Amino acid sequence: MNRIERLRVVAAFVSGIVFGLGLALSGMLNPVRVQGFLDITRDWDPSLGFVLAGAVSVSALGMALVRRMREPLLDSRFHLPETRVIDRRLLVGSAIFGVGWGMVGLCPGPALASLSLGLPATVLFIASMLAGMAAHDRLFGARPWQRAS
Amino acid sequence: MTAYITALCGGFLIGLSAAILMMVNGRVAGVSGIAGRLLQGVQTATGAAFIAGLIVGPVLFRLLSGAWPAVELAAPWPLLVAGGLFVGYGSRMGSGCTSGHGVVGLARLSHRSMAAVATFMVAAVATVYLMGLFS
Repeated sequence: MNRIERLRVVAAFVSGIVFGLGLALSGMLNPVRVQGFLDITRDWDPSLGFVLAGAVSVSALGMALVRRMREPLLDSRFHLPETRVIDRRLLVGSAIFGVGWGMVGLCPGPALASLSLGLPATVLFIASMLAGMAAHDRLFGARPWQRAS
Repeated sequence: MTAYITALCGGFLIGLSAAILMMVNGRVAGVSGIAGRLLQGVQTATGAAFIAGLIVGPVLFRLLSGAWPAVELAAPWPLLVAGGLFVGYGSRMGSGCTSGHGVVGLARLSHRSMAAVATFMVAAVATVYLMGLFS
């Protein structure tokens, strides 16, 4: 591993820490609150909508800066999805994901971040999630941009 | 009120994380994509580092605030297993989850991500509504 590659690992670690800290502060780690946010017809808790609003606004500032950069600081190009088509796999996959998210109140980021609390239920959820990922990629193969270098 | 401010500030940090990963490494901060590639043995060093950071984040929160973030995971185990399988399978089939499509895709005004976010929000709201009828 050369120096640039090592720095990329450091950057990924720092980015992960900031992400995990943000999740912990935001309340997204609590599945009961996530389900309360999704429960719009009963006792709706809209607060977690502010997580997405805050995240997208800062992320959008970052992406605006990215458009002015020729390349990222530690790589020769930005690795962005190239496909533009809204196909059935995108919609069916997202619907399946949404059902699972609603059932438990956990999506991949909060699930992995809450491993820090060491709850057995989190471990069981993550093992099932990884099995679901592996099952998909085994059956259909990852799409080219999911594999990309 | 506090819940809204912490939610917003937590969101700012999540957005900052996505901006850092894109500006420095040129990569999308999509957790399902990173985890999926890690399972395939692709980009293992950066992927493992990102996920290690994700786990360290709440520990840092504990050090700074003095308390662990609340996690109430009440779902019985069959629901945990089924939900996990759906989340894992669906996020790979749909090429992303709340972070990749939500935080990065929406910020890039990707039409695919807008369609994905609308779809999984509707599916999740409908699921919580239906589960509420039987509880």
